Amino acid sequence: MNDRYQLNKELAQMLKGGVIMDVTTPEQAKIAEAAGACAVMALERIPADIRAAGGVSRMSDPAMIKGIQEAVSIPVMAKCRIGHFAEAQILEAIEIDYIDESEVLSPADDVYHIDKTKFRVPFVCGAKDLGEALRRIAEGAAMIRTKGEPGTGDVVQAVRHMRKMQSEIARLTSMREDELYEAAKQLQVPYDLVQYVHENGKLPVVNFAAGGVATPADAALMMQLGAEGVFVGSGIFRSGDPAKRAAAIVKAVTNYNDPSVLAEVSASLGEAMVGINAQEIALLMAERGK
Amino acid sequence: MVGILAVQGAFAEHAQMLDRLGAAYTCIRQKRDLVGIERLILPGGESTTQRRLLCDLGLLVPIREMIASGMPVMGTCAGLILLADEVADEERCLGGLPVRVRRNAYGRQLGSFSVVGEIGSINDYPMRFIRAPYVETVLQPDVQVLNITDGRITAVQYKHILGLAFHPELTEDDRLHQYFLSFSA
Repeated sequence: MNDRYQLNKELAQMLKGGVIMDVTTPEQAKIAEAAGACAVMALERIPADIRAAGGVSRMSDPAMIKGIQEAVSIPVMAKCRIGHFAEAQILEAIEIDYIDESEVLSPADDVYHIDKTKFRVPFVCGAKDLGEALRRIAEGAAMIRTKGEPGTGDVVQAVRHMRKMQSEIARLTSMREDELYEAAKQLQVPYDLVQYVHENGKLPVVNFAAGGVATPADAALMMQLGAEGVFVGSGIFRSGDPAKRAAAIVKAVTNYNDPSVLAEVSASLGEAMVGINAQEIALLMAERGK
Repeated sequence: MVGILAVQGAFAEHAQMLDRLGAAYTCIRQKRDLVGIERLILPGGESTTQRRLLCDLGLLVPIREMIASGMPVMGTCAGLILLADEVADEERCLGGLPVRVRRNAYGRQLGSFSVVGEIGSINDYPMRFIRAPYVETVLQPDVQVLNITDGRITAVQYKHILGLAFHPELTEDDRLHQYFLSFSA
């Protein structure tokens, strides 16, 4: 296997048990780092505002991303549109630590995702189920996250995607070896990835939860459902006391199995983001890019 | 019993390695998990995250005391940063290892690399450097330098403390873990 891809998967392993936070300014990035974020996602508008503003949503200004890279010492990620390999080339040129080929931005290509094997920087991609996850990995993704429903503050879809993925993994694990060929056909993915999941009972890359995580309890729920870490988008800087909420979610991810710690960190956090119920919205971003 | 600091990062990979070697271990997420620990592994991950959690969870002072009392410790990557007595441009965290380290010393992810080299008397050891630190200077003469790669110190030992800039937990090679388990507790 290509060593660069291996090193990129290994960076995701170092992020495990951590929280990756969306930030829009160097000041927010510093707050996130001080609160214990293991990485930040630099973007011009948080998903809640992208959803509210509507219109075409694109890669952030490289100058803005560089400002955040200079402000913090933790890894900095940034989003490009699905299929927009030129945006990805620009992000690689500014030495971003991870590119999120993200359904939160407007898709640039309604057929093809980026051929991520052509890049030296790592990619994280969203997936609603095992088939999507393995297709993205076949294209070169070094990390996977659930799609959730960004900007809503409603965790229901992240839960649905994580449960679906875990149950499909369990199903592959319990199959006879001669059934794996048909499984690969049904999932529309390469056979060797199906075989890996069958033998190891997990994805070949790190798998985080993303979309709608707004409270320490949401984060703990996703970890107990099998996430290896959590992305928090609008949930932090859309709340009453971002620094406190951010630190609380970080602690909740570490001690996701200890209700007494969760109770302690959940107390007196101020107002959570208001949120929108996922079934009340017309535009499902998770349906972008399968 | 080996304690693996499990507040954030690649602790599961160290646990897998100890499983293979048949060494008993426990994961440390809170103060009460420190009971009965005879040696300690500080894994890779984000050192700023781990530092914040060590403070918030009340682990910093007890672990610092355990290290001072002579408990064997192995720190890998972020773990090396936590152990260093001096960190360039930052406050020290646990301390105990008289070296000065620099974080992200090879730059961003595009600067991550792997090489094969010698760690003390261990030959052909695969070293994985992920946004790695290195040791800028050794602050006491009795710190043993175990590896120099491209002119940079990447592995040191001081008495019962092993500090590595790379990730033995990401390899299939368990010789460094075996070496660490041979330290008398």
